[in-house]
Amino acid sequence: MSARPLNEQQARECKTEQRSYLWGFLLALVLTLIPFALVAFTEIERLTLWITIGVCALAQVVVHLRFFMHITLARNKREDLLLILFTVLILVILCGGTLWILFDLYQRMLPGMMP
Amino acid sequence: MSSRNTHSLEGNSRHPGLNLGPAHAQEEDTREEMVFGFWVFMMSDLIIFGLLFATYVTMLGGTAGGPGPKELFEMKSAFIETMLLLTSSFTFGMASLALKYREDKTRLVFWLVVTLLLGVAFLFFELKDFHTMFDKGGVPSRSGYLSAFFSLVPLHGLHVTGACIWLLALLGQMTVHGLDAPVKTGILRLAILWHFLDIVWIGIFSLVYLGGLS
Amino acid sequence: MRDAMSSIFGRLGWDALPFWSMLHDHSAMTIINGIIATGAASMVVIGALAAIVLVTWLGKWKYLWSEWFTSPDHKKIGIMFIVIALVMLARAIIEAVFMRAQQAVGLDGGFLTAEHFGQLFTTHGTIMVFFMAMPFLTGIINYVMPLQIGARDLSFPVLNQVSLGLTAAGAALVMISLVLAPFSIGGWTGYPPFTELSYNPGAGVDYWIWAVTLSTLSSTLTGINFAVTIFKKRAPGMKLFRMPLFTWTALCTAILMIFGMPPLTVATGLLALDRYLDFHMFTTDLGGNMMNYVNLFWAFGHPEVYILILPPFGIFSEVFATFSGKRIYGYKLLVIATMCIAVLSFTVWLHHFFTMGQSAHINAAFGIATMLIGIPTGVKVYDWMLTMYRGRIRLSVPMVYAIGFIMLFVLGGMTGIILATPSVDYQVHNSLFLVAHFHNMLIPGLLFGMLSATNFWFPKAFGFRLEERWGYRAAFCWIIGFMLAFFPLYVLGLMGMPRRSVAYFEPQYLPWMITAGIGALVILCALLCLLIQLWVSIRDRHANNVFAGDPWDGRTLEWAVSAPPPEYNFPVLPEIYSIDAFMTEKDRGQGWQAPDRYEDIDMPANSALGVVVAVTGLAMAFGLVWYMWWLVIGAGLLTLVAVIARGFVRQTTRTISASEVQRTHEHWLEQVRRTTPIKRSHEQSTANHGLPVPPIEGAVQ
Repeated sequence: MSARPLNEQQARECKTEQRSYLWGFLLALVLTLIPFALVAFTEIERLTLWITIGVCALAQVVVHLRFFMHITLARNKREDLLLILFTVLILVILCGGTLWILFDLYQRMLPGMMP
Repeated sequence: MSSRNTHSLEGNSRHPGLNLGPAHAQEEDTREEMVFGFWVFMMSDLIIFGLLFATYVTMLGGTAGGPGPKELFEMKSAFIETMLLLTSSFTFGMASLALKYREDKTRLVFWLVVTLLLGVAFLFFELKDFHTMFDKGGVPSRSGYLSAFFSLVPLHGLHVTGACIWLLALLGQMTVHGLDAPVKTGILRLAILWHFLDIVWIGIFSLVYLGGLS
Repeated sequence: MRDAMSSIFGRLGWDALPFWSMLHDHSAMTIINGIIATGAASMVVIGALAAIVLVTWLGKWKYLWSEWFTSPDHKKIGIMFIVIALVMLARAIIEAVFMRAQQAVGLDGGFLTAEHFGQLFTTHGTIMVFFMAMPFLTGIINYVMPLQIGARDLSFPVLNQVSLGLTAAGAALVMISLVLAPFSIGGWTGYPPFTELSYNPGAGVDYWIWAVTLSTLSSTLTGINFAVTIFKKRAPGMKLFRMPLFTWTALCTAILMIFGMPPLTVATGLLALDRYLDFHMFTTDLGGNMMNYVNLFWAFGHPEVYILILPPFGIFSEVFATFSGKRIYGYKLLVIATMCIAVLSFTVWLHHFFTMGQSAHINAAFGIATMLIGIPTGVKVYDWMLTMYRGRIRLSVPMVYAIGFIMLFVLGGMTGIILATPSVDYQVHNSLFLVAHFHNMLIPGLLFGMLSATNFWFPKAFGFRLEERWGYRAAFCWIIGFMLAFFPLYVLGLMGMPRRSVAYFEPQYLPWMITAGIGALVILCALLCLLIQLWVSIRDRHANNVFAGDPWDGRTLEWAVSAPPPEYNFPVLPEIYSIDAFMTEKDRGQGWQAPDRYEDIDMPANSALGVVVAVTGLAMAFGLVWYMWWLVIGAGLLTLVAVIARGFVRQTTRTISASEVQRTHEHWLEQVRRTTPIKRSHEQSTANHGLPVPPIEGAVQ
């Protein structure tokens, strides 16, 4: 099969979308480099470091969803977005609950398991 | 086709991931169901990874006197793996666009093969990493902590392996049947899997590697 | 030689045969237990052989292969799911009777060894949850839901076959464990460290792990299939808030399957890693932590409870409305209550381990969340009662189950609220009180729901009514048997008797235990009544045929087609304007009509993938249990090849021509015209051929 020629509008759209993927890639790159650089080259306080790593990771997840997975806030995307939000809710409940329960147990019975 | 003028880039979307748009109307209903179904499966899979992450955190203290993250992990290889996977996500995006706009098989296959090579390179470095860990005494039977590590990170690697096999199968399908509707749908779903695995890897490098090394 | 044998058979040896120990140890106990185990094993072998001989004798292999095993039709797959469920139900009931018999004579001993008793309660629980309840409700949703939403099939028919194959493989594995024993003795929850290799080196726990894992995978895939079907395949005009309540509960159950099954996959997967690859996730040494397993298991276990109970809620909603001759009361409220239950079910899992040692405030939080679930459930109970209020109630068999359910289920709910109080739970946890509670939820809830659904939809599926006399007998045996068997357990629990005890030394327990044993016998009678009901119904199928398709004056779309429905369900997809779509049609005098135009219909083509996955899945699991690595690798590769090969298949549909559709549909309409309509009061007579009188002449709406 040979390549389908593009009309002017399609060519424009194609350019826009390519640029969008490139933007996503660059943003993700920056959000990866920041935490790696912080851990490798600086000596900042642990808690600040962890928060920065966490924020960068979350931001990068959003970047991937927006630029690579095309999940946006547009009206006709609501179903996918709702599904993700529901999944996040379940994840927060299950993972949050797990950590809450297990670390409470450690505190009361197994102090050796506290990291 | 003047009515199509209202069709914007992000409008008219029927399913998660890249939509192929009006040029690929054949079997669009099936595609909508297939891609949506796969998306739901990804969400289910995400719960598995989420729970393994949570369990990993609860096992951080279970090193039982064995080697911990600081002794076992290497920043450099984690960084290389991250870069490989991130780049492969981008190249898969390029493949999807080649499919969407020109239906250019040469360009599509080129980007897919690049993606595959990046995926295989990622797996190579990951296995090398595990090998180094084993040499340092970081085997799963050594401690609860290491068991948790080896139940989380290799599962991601296993997913990448599966995605690579799927990619090969799709290339095979393309050789036999050409770029027909099922192949297109397959590529869209694989794209979702690939980007999803990159998202899981963000969690792994942030929480397991960077969290462990800091 | 020895090496060669062990590389082929792994650790499988002669001692796996159930009579092996009997040959070496001649004590009375060993012989009695050996005879029982051998009897059970021979029942499996004889049953399987009899089935094979029968099918061969009738020459039906080709028919079974092309019309059933490789059929992607959601209706046939649904029926096959239910057949698996019924076979497993029979086995698990017999096991229950043995356990009750043991405990009825268990004062200072009894006739079963602790090991044997352990296998009984483990298989009973595992089967009832994973191989009776799950396939049963999956089968019913599979059959009914696409008809209710006006679809021709599920979104992914071949995936549906794979789900069936995985469940069948899991069920077969549990059955094989009777012949090549033993099964696990770790209970259906399989808590480590008891189930770790160091305490349980045999094949038992591995049987449990892989049977459950197969079932879990099957349910996850099924959940995805159902949810996508309901989201994407509804007939034109069927908005979400026009869906029948059963479909609503099917949707919520599907969502729970999608998000509730993964925790179990993680739990059993990690336990398998511990046992096979020497991991230390849940071991007692080297930094392992068994509390993680308990947490993961119940993060699945509680949504699972609602996976089991939501479909019966939907079934009862349909049954109450149909047999009260009224529109369901508070449709929107019921939908919202269902959704609330589905979300809340993810917030309560800790109440299964209140006594594990966490702080009181955590227990309190989860206890409160647990009690909150009582609110939407209570809303439902009131809605059902208000549906019956001022209705023209017909006490049909499904309705008897429904009324039995509503009374017993509320009682069970009350004891649930008691157990949700952590301080009370400390007193009665791990006692028979708990056993009584969850049987009180699952028998009147789940099982009555399934039996009600079977009586309700059987005529739709097979074209003839189930005989009512034996149906009533079965229903009353179930209700009475349940009360006799489980109410004493509440008392025993409060008296302090622990669950899962093979024997006891308190004479006060005895009368209650004997009562419970009698109850178990009544339940056995109920099982027999069900079999007789089936037999009698098949015998009288011509007199009781309901080809016109609407024997109960139904309200929803599945009653609008012939019984049994054609493969493609609807000759043209219906347009929906309201809830109770078919009742609206009948009200307007628009039921049983020919469409203006017929079109070719594309249906999914047959595929052998489900059978292949069943066989390879079983082979893989069996190989893993007995350490036959060649089998594991071979079957694994075969599965991979089959799945990849399926991707290359392009002939995935088959066209049914418009003229054939027209012929079938007009033949049915002709039959409908010849059928004499009957009033609702005559629906249990042989005059009922599936056509009710128009609503205006019948009862009030």
